Amino acid sequence: MTHPERANAFANNEDRARWHDQALWFVRDRRDRAMQGLPEWEGLRAEAARIKGETLSRLADQLESFEDNAIASGAKVHWAGDAREFNDIVLDLLRTRRVTRVVKSKSMLTEECQLNPWLEAHGVEVVDTDLGERIVQLRREPPSHIVFPAIHLRKEEIGETFHAHLGSPKGLADPTRLTEIARGDLRSKFLGAQAGITGVNFAIAETGGIVVCTNEGNADLGTALPPIHIACMGIEKLVPKTADLAVFLRLLARSATGQAITAYTSHFHGPREGGELHIVIVDNGRSETLANPSFARALSCIRCGACMNTCPVFRRSGGHSYEATIPGPIGSILEPVRDAARHASLPFACTLCGSCTDVCPVAIPLHHQLKAWRGELTERALTGKWKRFCLALSRAIFERPGLYSAAGRLVRWLGRRLPRRWLYGKANTWGIARELPEFPSESFRERYRRERARER
Amino acid sequence: MRVALFVPCYVDQLRPSVAHATLALLERCGFDVDFPEAQTCCGQAHLNSGGARDARVLATRFLEIFAPYEKIVCPSASCVATVTQHYGDLLPVSPELLAIRAKTRELSAFLATEVPSTALRGRWQGKIGIQPSCHGLRELRQGRSTERRDGHPFDPLRNLLENLEGAEIVDPVRTDECCGFGGAFCVEEPGVSRLMGLDRLRDHERAGASVVTSSDVSCLLHLEGLARRERVPLEFRHVAELLECATRDPS
Ligand code: SF4
Repeated sequence: MTHPERANAFANNEDRARWHDQALWFVRDRRDRAMQGLPEWEGLRAEAARIKGETLSRLADQLESFEDNAIASGAKVHWAGDAREFNDIVLDLLRTRRVTRVVKSKSMLTEECQLNPWLEAHGVEVVDTDLGERIVQLRREPPSHIVFPAIHLRKEEIGETFHAHLGSPKGLADPTRLTEIARGDLRSKFLGAQAGITGVNFAIAETGGIVVCTNEGNADLGTALPPIHIACMGIEKLVPKTADLAVFLRLLARSATGQAITAYTSHFHGPREGGELHIVIVDNGRSETLANPSFARALSCIRCGACMNTCPVFRRSGGHSYEATIPGPIGSILEPVRDAARHASLPFACTLCGSCTDVCPVAIPLHHQLKAWRGELTERALTGKWKRFCLALSRAIFERPGLYSAAGRLVRWLGRRLPRRWLYGKANTWGIARELPEFPSESFRERYRRERARER
Repeated sequence: MRVALFVPCYVDQLRPSVAHATLALLERCGFDVDFPEAQTCCGQAHLNSGGARDARVLATRFLEIFAPYEKIVCPSASCVATVTQHYGDLLPVSPELLAIRAKTRELSAFLATEVPSTALRGRWQGKIGIQPSCHGLRELRQGRSTERRDGHPFDPLRNLLENLEGAEIVDPVRTDECCGFGGAFCVEEPGVSRLMGLDRLRDHERAGASVVTSSDVSCLLHLEGLARRERVPLEFRHVAELLECATRDPS
C-alpha cells in the first residue's frame, strides 16, 4: 500500500483526523510558546546545526574517542553493522547472563531493528516501560509517533486495551486511573527485571558518557533496579563535549513537548557499583546516508518529533500511514535511504509548505531534502510510469508556445462543453472533493494579443 | 522602468483575470510593461514532482526569454520562489542566472517596495482573510513564519492591504498553516488535501472573513473549488485582483 491509500482511510474518518490534528497542534502551540521564551532560539538552532555538522564530518574520530573514554569509565562497547548483528549482540549478552526478563525504555533504534520480536522469539520477555510504548506493545501495534507512541488512540480505546490485558474494569476511560493501573503493572515488571535496555539521546565523545532523556523516569528505574544496563545508540548520536548539552537539551525539550527541560535527564558514566554497562553502537545504513551529500544532514536529527507535530499532512494522516519506523517529514527522508522502492510514496506525502524546516531545532532543510528525494526517485525510475510520461509530455508542450496555446484552448473548450458526469468522471481526482475552476473562454495571452492589436 | 510580466501557465489559462489585474496595476503605477509571448511555464510543477530534467529545459528557456528585461514581475509567489531559490539547483551558476534571480520579483513585494504607498491608495469594504503562500512565507521570507523567532516581519501583502481605506484584516487562529494544495499533492493525496483545505475555510470563516486573498493563485483555486462544493460563502481574490479593484477609482 502507498501513503495516499493509508492516509485517505485515516483522513476520511473526519472526526478522528480532526481530533488527532488538534492533539498535535496543541503540542506545536506549546512548543511555540516555549520557543518565544528564549530570545536566543535561532542562534541555538544555528549552533546545534554547526555542532552536528562538524561532528558528522569527522564522525570516525569522534566515535573512537567516545569508545576509548567509555571503556576507561568501565563500560563495555559493542559495534553492530546492521540490525541482525545488533539483535545478536543483545541476545548474546542476555543469554550468557541467563536473563529472561527485561525492561526497556524508549528507543527508536530497537524499534528500527525489531529487537522485541527477536528477543521474544528466543524466550526473553521484554516489557516497554514508557507508558505510550506499553500501550502499543499490549496492542501489538507499532508506535505512531516517536515522542507520543500512542497519540493515535483515544482514551476509550486505551481503556479497552487495559481491560483486555491488565484486567481494568470494563468501560474505564479515566486517564489518571488508567495510568495508575499501568504503573501498578509496570512496577512488578521493574522489580522482576534482570536487565534494563535504554536508548541514548546524546553520547559525549570527550567523556564517554551517555545521556538519556525521559519524562516518566522509566529509564532511571529500569537501570537502577537490575544490575545490567544495555544502552543502544546509532552512530549519529554523538556530540563532542559535555558543554554541547547546553545547546541540545534546551532545544530538545522545547521542541518535543514545549517543556523547558525533560523531567529526567540521566547521565551515565560507566556502570554503577557491582553492575554492568554495555553500549551497543549501531550503523544499520547510517554510513550510507552520511555518504550521500543530498541527505547527510538528516543524520543531525535529535528525534524531537517537532516536524511531525507541525506537519499538516502528518496531523491528518496519522503516523501509521507512513508504514515506517520513523514517520513524518524526517522519516520520509531517512526511510527511503534504507529501501527506496518500498517507501517511494513518502517524499510525495508533502505539500512542500516548509513548516518542518522552520521548526526543526537542528535546522535540517527537510522540505528541500524531500524535494531532492522526488528527483532521485524519478531518476531511479521508482515513480509511476504515467507520472514520468506526463512530466515529459507537458515539458514538450511548454517548449512550444504555439502548441501550448492550442492545448490550453482545447482543454478550456472541453471544460466548458463536456457534460458534468464526464467532467467529473473517475479520472478527475481534483473533482472528488472540489469543483473545477470556471474555464475562461480566453486565456490571458489571447485577450492581450487581441487588445494590443486593436490599439495599434 | 521596463518590466516584463511573467504570467504562470495556469494563471494564463485558468485565471487570466489575475494577469490582467497585474498588468493594469503595473501600468497604473507608471511602468512600461511588456508580456514576452514566448513564455509558457517556469517548470515549478516539474521540479516539485521530481522532474528535474524537464524543469531544467524549461528553466533554460526562461532565462533566454527574460534576460533582456530590467525587472520581471509575477503574481505567483511559488513560481518566483522556483526561479529565485531553486533554479540554482537546476542550472550551473552563471551571470545570466544570477541576474535573473535578482530581477524576478513577486508582485506584492514589488509593489510594496518599488511604488510609493500613495500611488496604491484605495478603498475596500469588508473583512479580508489572508491565506499566506507557503512559498512566499518560507522561501521568499515575506513576513515571519510562526515557527521562527527571527526573520524580517515585513509582509508586503499585508502592508498593501493595510493601505486600503475601510479594509479590515481578520486573522484566522492558525495564521500560516498550509491550505493543502501542494501541486500534484492535491490530486495524489485527495483525502488529506481536502481536509487541510476545509480546515482553512472553517478557520477563515470563524475569523469573520468575507474574502480570502493570497499571493498564490493555486491555493485560491483549490480553496475556491472546495468552498463551492461545500457551499461555503467565501470569496477568493488574488491580491492583484483585490488591489486592482480597490484602487481603480480612488475618488
Ligand atoms: S528532523 Fe528536526 S524536527 Fe524532525 S524529529 Fe529530527 S530534530 Fe526534530
